Amino acid sequence: MKQATSETIDVMVNGEPRAVPAGATLLELLGTLGLDPRAVVVEHNRRIVRRPALGDVSVAPGDAIELVHFVGGG
Amino acid sequence: MDTPFTIGGRTFQSRLMVGTGKYQDTETMVRAIEASGAEIVTVAVRRVDLDRTHEASILHHLDPKRFSLLANTAGCYTADEAMRYARLGREAGFNEFVKLEVIGDQETLLPDVQGLLEAAKVLVKEGFQVLAYTNEDLVTALKLEDAGCAAVMPLASPIGSGLGLLHPLWIRTIKRRLKAPVVVDAGVGTASDACVTMEQGVDGILMNTAIAAARDPVAMAHAMRLAVEAGRAAFLAGRMPRREVALPSSPTEGMLD
Repeated sequence: MKQATSETIDVMVNGEPRAVPAGATLLELLGTLGLDPRAVVVEHNRRIVRRPALGDVSVAPGDAIELVHFVGGG
Repeated sequence: MDTPFTIGGRTFQSRLMVGTGKYQDTETMVRAIEASGAEIVTVAVRRVDLDRTHEASILHHLDPKRFSLLANTAGCYTADEAMRYARLGREAGFNEFVKLEVIGDQETLLPDVQGLLEAAKVLVKEGFQVLAYTNEDLVTALKLEDAGCAAVMPLASPIGSGLGLLHPLWIRTIKRRLKAPVVVDAGVGTASDACVTMEQGVDGILMNTAIAAARDPVAMAHAMRLAVEAGRAAFLAGRMPRREVALPSSPTEGMLD
């Protein structure tokens, strides 16, 4: 897991502000949150980012990230 | 012999589809689904709880090889919102099937049919197999069929109400007029409701609360399985005509003086 650097940026994750290391990728973000990339779907600024591309997309200040999965429902 | 039950190119043995919401615990849910015999199970798309990330996803309990997962767009009030959830559900579930709901009213959870049609048209173009939750309005059902929906799903009564089949006539009419599969979704409360619904000739039925909120969900799931099979069998058998006067079953001749 990537070591937190002194430089962080603020992003919104699931509607909550969160400080993440500057330059972190979506894959690294999932790592810091303890999430298995196979178990969540990532939406980055309203665009779905598929699993193979998660390591290629870096987050920028103010980005909106949604992490969703299936729950019980009718 | 019954005809196969096919939706969006996939054929199923069971005409009962079940939801996965409102269960007390996951073990009961899994056992109830087993007892129901359902092959299609619905799930909802929601945010991961970031404070409880070790909680296993529902996918750990439902083998996607055994069950066709049907992502819903429950809780969406606009076409755009529903389309967003549908696309997320496709990524999460690895299939093109979506149970499309666009809700128009909080108290009744009745559909916003204008938003529903708008979203259905776009999603069909994007390659989705759209199963559209709608009311028992024939004209809307016809429009959903024209839009290319894989199935039209009129309600029996409001979601979670358990009031049973309120308008058998309109459900029968929708079934008679559509070529697309008709699956009644929402409102059944107990086995007799499911049986009467299937007796209207519809292709299938989807339920959640009637099983999950029963005192014994596993036993009710079993009852629902039997009711759906009985209702279907009775429909195929063809019921006797109704008459408002009695007709004796025993001979009237040969009576003693």
